[in-house]
Amino acid sequence: MIELKNVHKAFGANRVLQGVDLTIETGTSMVIIGGSGTGKSVALKCVLGLIQPDSGEITLDGKDVTKGDRDAFLARFGMLFQGGALFDSLPVWQNVAFRLLRGSLKRPKDEAREIAIEKLRRVGLTPEQADKFPAELSGGMQKRVGLARAIAAEPEIIFFDEPTTGLDPIMSGVINDLIREIVVEMGATAMTITHDMTSVRAIADNVAMLHDGVIQWTGPVAQMDASGDPYLDQFIHGRAEGPIEAVR
Amino acid sequence: MNWILHLLAAIGRNVLAMLATIGRVAIFASDTVSHLFRPPFYAREFGHALIQIGWLSLPVVGMTALFTGGALALQIYAGGSRFNAETVVPSIVAIGLTRELGPVLGGLMVAARVASSIAAEIGTMKVTEQIDALTTLSTNPMKYLTLPRVLAATLAVPVLVGVGDVIGIMGGFLVGVGRLDFGAATYLHNTIDFLEAWDIASGLIKGAAFGFIVALMGCYYGMHSGRGAQGVGRATKAAVVAASVLILASNYLLTELFFSA
Repeated sequence: MIELKNVHKAFGANRVLQGVDLTIETGTSMVIIGGSGTGKSVALKCVLGLIQPDSGEITLDGKDVTKGDRDAFLARFGMLFQGGALFDSLPVWQNVAFRLLRGSLKRPKDEAREIAIEKLRRVGLTPEQADKFPAELSGGMQKRVGLARAIAAEPEIIFFDEPTTGLDPIMSGVINDLIREIVVEMGATAMTITHDMTSVRAIADNVAMLHDGVIQWTGPVAQMDASGDPYLDQFIHGRAEGPIEAVR
Repeated sequence: MNWILHLLAAIGRNVLAMLATIGRVAIFASDTVSHLFRPPFYAREFGHALIQIGWLSLPVVGMTALFTGGALALQIYAGGSRFNAETVVPSIVAIGLTRELGPVLGGLMVAARVASSIAAEIGTMKVTEQIDALTTLSTNPMKYLTLPRVLAATLAVPVLVGVGDVIGIMGGFLVGVGRLDFGAATYLHNTIDFLEAWDIASGLIKGAAFGFIVALMGCYYGMHSGRGAQGVGRATKAAVVAASVLILASNYLLTELFFSA
């Protein structure tokens, strides 16, 4: 279980997180929604320790994420970055097998390649793509490679940062289905940030809306439409009018 | 009176910012060196950096040394002939190149070629979240990106300087023999007889220091790159400027140190 308690983070005068409280139960898929620049990525990066919160507590299974063996902690996570964040200098299969080629999870090269090709197949890519470089792939394919890399070491927890941003609706649908299938199949805990409502409905067990630095609403995805929360209603229906001020 | 206060405040702000940067660079440097003694060591990255920084810089350093050696021979001849001391050309070319011009010009050329490419590469990795991705894949970016490059540059630049010394002396030899009517054997004898081991060694030590500076600046500014193309551009420019200035400043300090010793 991942718990954020009263997490604050500011960048200079910009107070991004102003007391975030959020619980993600083990084996469930939580989707965090909210407008651009509301701190969704910052919250996610705080959990991973990529950004240090100014105050508050973040725990994983009751243990403070900032304490203990960092390698062992990170080995439990997989992450799909918004732009893929693939390493340009490495071929696709080495990107996918990155963790399996070095460090505590190191395997023989042939075995790592086999696993990488299997994971690529899992996300709908052929073995022929394995020896290409990321720059030779389309945006959708890069996203799939990123997804294959996130699941390569079979992590317990997977984070997805805007998994469908920049993709066409059909490719978005494919990625959403893949994420859902993989999360269910692996029994993983998932945390996704997005503002794509189709993604939310396809991926989420639970939804949390981040606004003004706090969790404005959280609950099961089935209750989202009948929440009665004016902020959530405005966001999920994409209305310009409402309590959330749109910059025109 | 007010403008004096504003001026002093501006100077103070800049001095404080400069001191803060020096502090951050010092911490970054000590962090980099400390990773040398803590496993794992990424040998493949180190080998790749050696080729990129060392082998591929050879043409530019060689060309610089060749033309500098030739020009130096002409200049020393022009100066020496005023005192009927034309015979000093071979030894002064050799001493000037090995002690000073070889390491400094070689270092500056490597700074232009390597500090910029390291800063641009790491800066781009930063803005495309590849550095964050490394961390989430349980790989320390300092260990994976910074240490191999800094170590490779520290070891490769002295070798480049050594090769540059030979090529530079050859440049002087070609001009001396072809243009200034020195005998080939006389030129070589004068070069070898007056050149001491310390002349070469001090230049190589400078080369190691300059290599360390070049890669460290490239990595530091790359890791601290701002967002977007503009951020990477600024980081690249800052890396080359900082590396060049630090090379010239440390060259003076090292020369002073060697001079006093």
